[in-house]
Amino acid sequence: MAETAIELKGISKSFGAVHANRNIDLKIEAGTIHGIIGENGAGKSTLMSILYGFYQADRGRIDVSGKKAAINTPSDAIALGIGMVHQHFMLVQNFSVLENVILGAEGEALLNTSIARARSELERLERDYGLEVDPDAIIEDLPVGLQQRVEILKALYRGADILILDEPTGVLTPAEADHLFRILEQLKEEGKTIILITHKLREIMAITDNVSVMRQGTMVATRKTAETSVEELAELMVGRRVLLQVEKGEASPGEVLLSVRNLTVKDSRGVTMVDNVSLDVRAGEIVGIAGVAGNGQSQLLDAITGVRKAISGTVTLDGEPVDLTGAADPADLRARGMAHVPEDRHHVGLVLPFEENENAMLGYHRQAKYLNGPFLNIEAIRADAREKIEKYDIRPPDCRLKTANFSGGNQQKIVLAREMEQDPKVLIVGQPTRGVDVGAIEFIHKRLIDMRDQGKAVLLVSVELDEIRSLSDRILVMFAGRVVGERGPEASEGELGLLMAGVEEKEAAE
Amino acid sequence: MDFFHSLILVLDSTVRLSIPLLLAALAGLYSERSGVFDIGLEGKMLAGAFAAGAAAAVTGSAWAGLGAAMLISVFLALVHGFASITNRGNQIVSGVAINFIAAGSTIILGQAWFRQGGRTPSLPGDARFGAIELPFAEAVRDVPILGEIYSELISGHSLLTYAAFLLVPFTWWVLFRTRFGLRLRAVGENPAAVDTAGVSVSWLRYRAVICTGILTGMAGTYLSLAQNAGFVKDMTAGRGFIALAALIFAKWKPVPVMFACLLFGFLDAFAIRIQGTPLPLVGQVPVQFMQALPYILTVVLLAGFIGKAVPPRAGGVPYVKER
Repeated sequence: MAETAIELKGISKSFGAVHANRNIDLKIEAGTIHGIIGENGAGKSTLMSILYGFYQADRGRIDVSGKKAAINTPSDAIALGIGMVHQHFMLVQNFSVLENVILGAEGEALLNTSIARARSELERLERDYGLEVDPDAIIEDLPVGLQQRVEILKALYRGADILILDEPTGVLTPAEADHLFRILEQLKEEGKTIILITHKLREIMAITDNVSVMRQGTMVATRKTAETSVEELAELMVGRRVLLQVEKGEASPGEVLLSVRNLTVKDSRGVTMVDNVSLDVRAGEIVGIAGVAGNGQSQLLDAITGVRKAISGTVTLDGEPVDLTGAADPADLRARGMAHVPEDRHHVGLVLPFEENENAMLGYHRQAKYLNGPFLNIEAIRADAREKIEKYDIRPPDCRLKTANFSGGNQQKIVLAREMEQDPKVLIVGQPTRGVDVGAIEFIHKRLIDMRDQGKAVLLVSVELDEIRSLSDRILVMFAGRVVGERGPEASEGELGLLMAGVEEKEAAE
Repeated sequence: MDFFHSLILVLDSTVRLSIPLLLAALAGLYSERSGVFDIGLEGKMLAGAFAAGAAAAVTGSAWAGLGAAMLISVFLALVHGFASITNRGNQIVSGVAINFIAAGSTIILGQAWFRQGGRTPSLPGDARFGAIELPFAEAVRDVPILGEIYSELISGHSLLTYAAFLLVPFTWWVLFRTRFGLRLRAVGENPAAVDTAGVSVSWLRYRAVICTGILTGMAGTYLSLAQNAGFVKDMTAGRGFIALAALIFAKWKPVPVMFACLLFGFLDAFAIRIQGTPLPLVGQVPVQFMQALPYILTVVLLAGFIGKAVPPRAGGVPYVKER
């Protein structure tokens, strides 16, 4: 019988009228990787923030290593050997790695000696766990994968035996995520206990020993990972059966609606991000663009949708040319039948402090149906929003609610409803299910297939290879700004993976 | 030689005029580096000047004046802290309120206590921070150039002047070489990082505004007990705002703050010096133009020449835990 590292008994926590956690019991064995899975808003992060002392539970008790613990502040948790890697990193952007690591654990009042000590301790940790980072690098210059490493080092430097990771792979590329998992395995070997919060079933199956499922603030089940299945976990999470595989019929592609020829785009630093890309999307097909994040997909989307100017190249939309190097602006393209679901719904797709009904028509607000002379027709806008809420099952069904208060999945549905209900000819979709829960993913995938079956041309960019493979009728792989290969949906994950890693076309085919 | 003598005199008054700016700007630096914007430097300085003048007039001791000034400025800083840290109020509104309170109450209390139209009584030498003659100042006066620089420019200032210049390296050292400084800078950039590292955000920010109070108290004392012989109503005359401009101009760094304050002080001294005398080519320059110059300079230089001044990232934003 393994020792118990942490036991939570009857934890409850409310924020105003919202019960984030209800009477939660949880036991975590020492030296294991314990997954906590649940949809967005199920209360996972709240529970872990209570364990880390960031919030205080309204009721319940926490035992650490079999003894009742009073955790009122993060420093209490740190003293008990609990470390946490937050979803949004808790790093000071313009500090060096070293300064971030010692912050709050400096020791003496003067920094000289503590910095010297931290440097050698950091070197030891980096060596022991394979967590190389330049201690003098400034955080904002580091890629997110390395920033996360700094967060892990911070916890280890404070002597954490129990490490909580909140959605650690949300910001990572698949390769970075794999590396992280190897690090976690190694930490486990060293006897550390790891709590992994995620909503990705695949990660749970790949790395955890035990898994607990949360739904709407309650703990619904705890299983040994080896004794459960993806299907069972998905059903426990959502509370009903979920189709993990998208059902779709044969595509019947028609004429070319979107045609891109020799498109070249540079980013703000002048680096070529899209290099001479050509592609066609026909009516009634979904063309997926696969690739590791940062290989030019974002810039390609920005250029096609008129958000960013292209250097050279031509684009035709339904037979008509689009002037991408100059005057094309998103409003004009929208009017011509191109709808755009941006990759980043928080910063581009939505204005979070606005009410839902305002976001549900933003970008189309010049259309006569939303106007009443020079004024907005508030009644019409709200009626329109209510219709979309109904049709897309957006929850809570309140068009006056601030958009920031919807969960990620429902926010994404607001964007999708806005763009799809315009009945566009061409739909450009970036990362449709990033940070979206399982139930909503199923819905969004079905809607995309519906759009295809209605004869729309759909261009889909996603870093989730599974999503690309299950939705696309044709798959283009981007690497270093170029399209390096085209495959059918039957292409294996390994084959696409090689293309994504930049292995030459011929070698990949062998 | 005549030109050199004039230059020394202008530089000498540059130092005198820079000191209140320097003390106030360093005061603002502590607060703003911790993420609490402070537009109330002006008010705290004014209240400090009044408290120093009043206490020195009553007790006859300059040190009592300094103590009273620090006390009242720290009190006002804590009011600002209570509004913006504990109650998460708008920092600009709170700062403006403190400016109004200080401007009004100093006149009312001054009139009620001393009945001299809002002034405090004129102070004798012992109740002021007088000029300190450095050793050998008289002896080397006649040595050409260096002697004059030493005896006129370096010697003959008040204790507060020397303290202000010493506070520049001291502030740098606190900020970049101590645990308190590391945490202070961190809390101004990302308070959540400090909170999750197990350090109290509120307590850190309160300590920062207390530092601000102490230094604005010194700045006020300098005005009423060193530069003048007593408090005169509205004697800060916008120096708190010029200090803020200097702070932005210097990108919240101690040593550049000193140079920015010296530059603004120099402009002021130069304006006084050329008052009434037409300049070659341009002729008579209106005194209002010279007074506006620090602000114009700040806007122009920030707009293009020295690059963007990035304030502490969490500046002006009350810290609320997520949700």
